[in-house]
Amino acid sequence: MKLSTKHLLGIKDLTRDDIQLILTTAAQFKEVLQRPVKKVPSLRDVTIVNLFYENSTRTRMSFELAERRLSADVLNFAATTSSAAKGETLLDTVNNILSMKVDMVVMRHSASGAPHFLAKHIPAAIVNAGDGINEHPTQALLDAFSMKEKLGRLEGLKVAIIGDIMHSRVALSNMYLLRKMGAEITIAGPPTLIPKYIEEALDVRVEYNLKRALQWCDVANVLRIQLERQNQPLFSSLREYNLAYGINRRLLESLGKDIVIMHPGPINRGVELDSDVADGPFSIVLNQVENGVAVRMAVLYLLAGE
Amino acid sequence: MKTILSGQQLSLTVKRLAHQILENNASLQDTVVIGLQPRGIFLSDRIVTELETLVTGGKIAYGKLDITFYRDDVRKSLHIANSTDIPFSLENKHVILIDDVLYTGRTIRAALDALLAFGRPSKVSLCVLIDRRFSRELPIQPDFTGKTIDTIISQKVKVCWKERDEVDEVVLI
Repeated sequence: MKLSTKHLLGIKDLTRDDIQLILTTAAQFKEVLQRPVKKVPSLRDVTIVNLFYENSTRTRMSFELAERRLSADVLNFAATTSSAAKGETLLDTVNNILSMKVDMVVMRHSASGAPHFLAKHIPAAIVNAGDGINEHPTQALLDAFSMKEKLGRLEGLKVAIIGDIMHSRVALSNMYLLRKMGAEITIAGPPTLIPKYIEEALDVRVEYNLKRALQWCDVANVLRIQLERQNQPLFSSLREYNLAYGINRRLLESLGKDIVIMHPGPINRGVELDSDVADGPFSIVLNQVENGVAVRMAVLYLLAGE
Repeated sequence: MKTILSGQQLSLTVKRLAHQILENNASLQDTVVIGLQPRGIFLSDRIVTELETLVTGGKIAYGKLDITFYRDDVRKSLHIANSTDIPFSLENKHVILIDDVLYTGRTIRAALDALLAFGRPSKVSLCVLIDRRFSRELPIQPDFTGKTIDTIISQKVKVCWKERDEVDEVVLI
């Protein structure tokens, strides 16, 4: 059994079996990470370059750790300190790197579709670590892994995705993945941050009232307000956003049921999540980060075979 | 198709292996049993059950090891991992490694590598049900053997267990 694809460009291209295979393999890697020696020799003859054209803490460190735990050789590239700053094109940069015999490329880019473009032009396997406002597949996989770990299933699970849906690649990957695995989705946020026709396009429900969305769901995946991608004001102030769509302890306690709170990070404290929720008992934010390494190990491992 | 061990022979062989292990490690102090996933587990389950009836106190430290991530052919063919469950340290323990068939020795090579992730054992012994003695590609030999057989590469040894295949037997195909 193997993945139906050579690259991981987006959840959109994966089958249900692919997702299942990645999640099962990730569970085995999670066990590896509990051992006294947390390293396996699987990819010792594989060289991987981390190509980051956009800032990242969690994702880059998580990928790098996953690669090292698999014994791969790792090269790091950050656009700001490289020749990309001198105007070298993406394809030139990558072809130069590949001529040094690199087997896999993990890439993040601010342009949607950048990894898809590369996949057409180079022979190495590509893992998308976030492309513009399109997809962030490994985040959706680790979110699904964390939900399954916490609640035991994905099928029939009620998931609310809350906040800046318009600019969120995490939201899009999550929606593709959860629908494929049979979960139900409600999108909640201000109308200006929710794309038109999303209900028909992705088979999800839309709710503009935060409390109603929370009352309905088992899990709330709360997104970061992405001010860097908003080139026009879409709500009047962060304070107003917090009043209408921020989640705090008092709101959670008024629901009369326990729900799980997730966030892909980095958190804008006091905007989409208040600290008493982010650090509270309902939050599994740090479990998500922990699971990220295991999930990325699974993806790299499964894509490394020829 | 030729029968190597019938159901009754298989059950006697398992009993004998358990007794041999005990004979060499009288009290089983500081001894742990590790079965190899996926198919070595059926044998290790039975040996552990047998051992527990034989020793006073009756509790054996028993773990399961999957060696998929330690294989030397990861990039040639992809294998799906099974779960590993070793809830104790192997530091200074005598490990009895159990698998159903010893063939090229490559699985055991990977297992020896994998064991080190759980501590440094004082000793590792190998127990197998079937030893295909002329097919080795690495210098690895068993300490406890159910039955030694001579085979050629085109032949296949199939070990069937009641729990999974509805019948206990070992056949050569």
